[in-house]
Amino acid sequence: MTTLAPSRTSNTKSARTPKGAVSAHDKPSYLSTGILILGALYCLFPVIWVVAAASKDGNELFSTFTLAPSTHLWDNIVALTEYRDGLFWRWMANTALYAGVGAIVSTWVSALSGYVLAKFDFPGKSGIFKVLLMGVLVPGVILAIPQYLMLAQAGLTNTYWSVLLPQIISPYGIYLARIYAAASVPGDVIEAARTEGAKEMYIFNRIAAPMMLPGLVTIFLFQFVAIWNNFMLPYIMLGDDHLFPITVGLNGLLNQGASAPALYTLVLAGALLSIIPLVIMFLLLQRYWRVDLAAGAVKA
Amino acid sequence: MAMTVTKPGPAADTAAGPSRRAKNFKSRVLIPYAMLAPGIILFLVFMAAPIVYTLVLSFQKKKVSGLGLGKGSQSQVFAGFENYVSALTDPEFLGSVLRVLLYGLILIPLMLGFALLFALLLDSRRTRAGSFSRTAIFLPYAVPAVISSLLWGFLYLPGVSPFHFLARQFGVALPSLLDPNLVTFAICNIALWGGVGFNMIVMYTSLKAVPSEIYEAAKLDGCSEIQTALRIKIPIIAPSLVMTALFSMIATLQVFAEPTTLRPLANSLSTSWSPLMLVYRDAFTRNDVYSAAATSIVIAAATFIISFLFLRVVQKRAFGQEN
Repeated sequence: MTTLAPSRTSNTKSARTPKGAVSAHDKPSYLSTGILILGALYCLFPVIWVVAAASKDGNELFSTFTLAPSTHLWDNIVALTEYRDGLFWRWMANTALYAGVGAIVSTWVSALSGYVLAKFDFPGKSGIFKVLLMGVLVPGVILAIPQYLMLAQAGLTNTYWSVLLPQIISPYGIYLARIYAAASVPGDVIEAARTEGAKEMYIFNRIAAPMMLPGLVTIFLFQFVAIWNNFMLPYIMLGDDHLFPITVGLNGLLNQGASAPALYTLVLAGALLSIIPLVIMFLLLQRYWRVDLAAGAVKA
Repeated sequence: MAMTVTKPGPAADTAAGPSRRAKNFKSRVLIPYAMLAPGIILFLVFMAAPIVYTLVLSFQKKKVSGLGLGKGSQSQVFAGFENYVSALTDPEFLGSVLRVLLYGLILIPLMLGFALLFALLLDSRRTRAGSFSRTAIFLPYAVPAVISSLLWGFLYLPGVSPFHFLARQFGVALPSLLDPNLVTFAICNIALWGGVGFNMIVMYTSLKAVPSEIYEAAKLDGCSEIQTALRIKIPIIAPSLVMTALFSMIATLQVFAEPTTLRPLANSLSTSWSPLMLVYRDAFTRNDVYSAAATSIVIAAATFIISFLFLRVVQKRAFGQEN
């Protein structure tokens, strides 16, 4: 890599420290910094574009320069809010319910199962764990059609339950929780609590789960994104558009837009509004994204 | 908590007295299984049962007697491998498989290659603006596939695209990415945009786990940064590369949201563009759950075969060891 700048006075950020002391050889490289910034711009580009596009009215969208912002952002948001009595905000609330409640319950079930698999010794343990690992590889959406047929027989399709229930089980979440429990909950602590006469569920809820908390945040984020990203399941399960999450709702709006282009501005305003909460959550919780897919192998 | 024993394994109890034995059984078997019950029940109901149900459906077919009107005139009969034969010889299914293979062959090397490049650059001490770039590249992971397809879909429209705008200024006519021949690249770009950051974070996390003494030693031995990256860093994070490749392959076979969302903007996308779109169409538009079930099983089996072959080739490094 070529080094073009002999000094690093222009850098506001000092050299990274975690890997030990900074040596004189660590001169900034414009080439590698440049490649990374190009990658960052590619990733930011559609987000910047949608901010501009959501501020245009229907004519400007296809006539003015694509990145040039306009003044109609608020009008578009008002129009979107008025669309069928605030259906859009209902979709947002539904998404928060599906992803938020679903991810919390899923994290608890994963944590409990992972904790038992890591800290208890019982017959059939390795068999259960192997079946779970195979579950990690089962393509989730393959399950959507039989799940639909089964829930239809139980009369649960087209309800909130039909989207919430199938997404609680997460073999990958259990796999991660088992690693976190093995690494962060000492056996002595559990033994001491048992000697004091604590019940097993009390030990899990009050002692083990708090110790696993940073890992549990990661599992929660994973599951939150998985549910919020899962398009096929709600697309199949739901017919009533008052139950739609934002993804299915915007997809429907886009489909109608093919015949009524006036809806395109609503779609774009909706796309912008829907990614804002997620982006904020991402930035706030960024440090929990220490994703070690092969953690078990690396730490061996 | 209900003390239900779902699967009492062999009680290999070695305790001395019968009373201690009973207590031991409770703590060694009943309690763990009771605590696992929520997980096991959900797994059985929402994963195991649907797989079995799909298998059963895939060997059935609808039999219509008489005019097919009224209750009882339609019945479910055993079909043997009929659905599988028709699925595997269906030119639409084969077409969708070929399209997805091409899509995966383009997407996976590009996505993992860029992810690895970015991760190594982030890990290099000579790179600046690291935390800004890391956040920006990871950001698309927060955007669901439907929304990102929608954004890119608009950006592909020649009337909106800034690239077409620039080309027009120079009097050049660019082809639209939504053309039938190019739409695969359009979908690849959406998936690349959404996936590169996540894979980068996975690789970067394992790079950070490597003790820095190794690099110091390499440096003392006169290793350049590129040599260190190629000879030390990449081999060390090989398990992460294996896992990202495996998960990318599984996701590729399941591509559904991106082409489904692009359809209103691109007439060239058929309702059977990807295997899962075909399954969806058969099950819900054509009301033929039996052939949809057979196609699902074929896709799931292919996923398993590819996963196991792949893990075998890389010598089971990733899932082999624990703790």
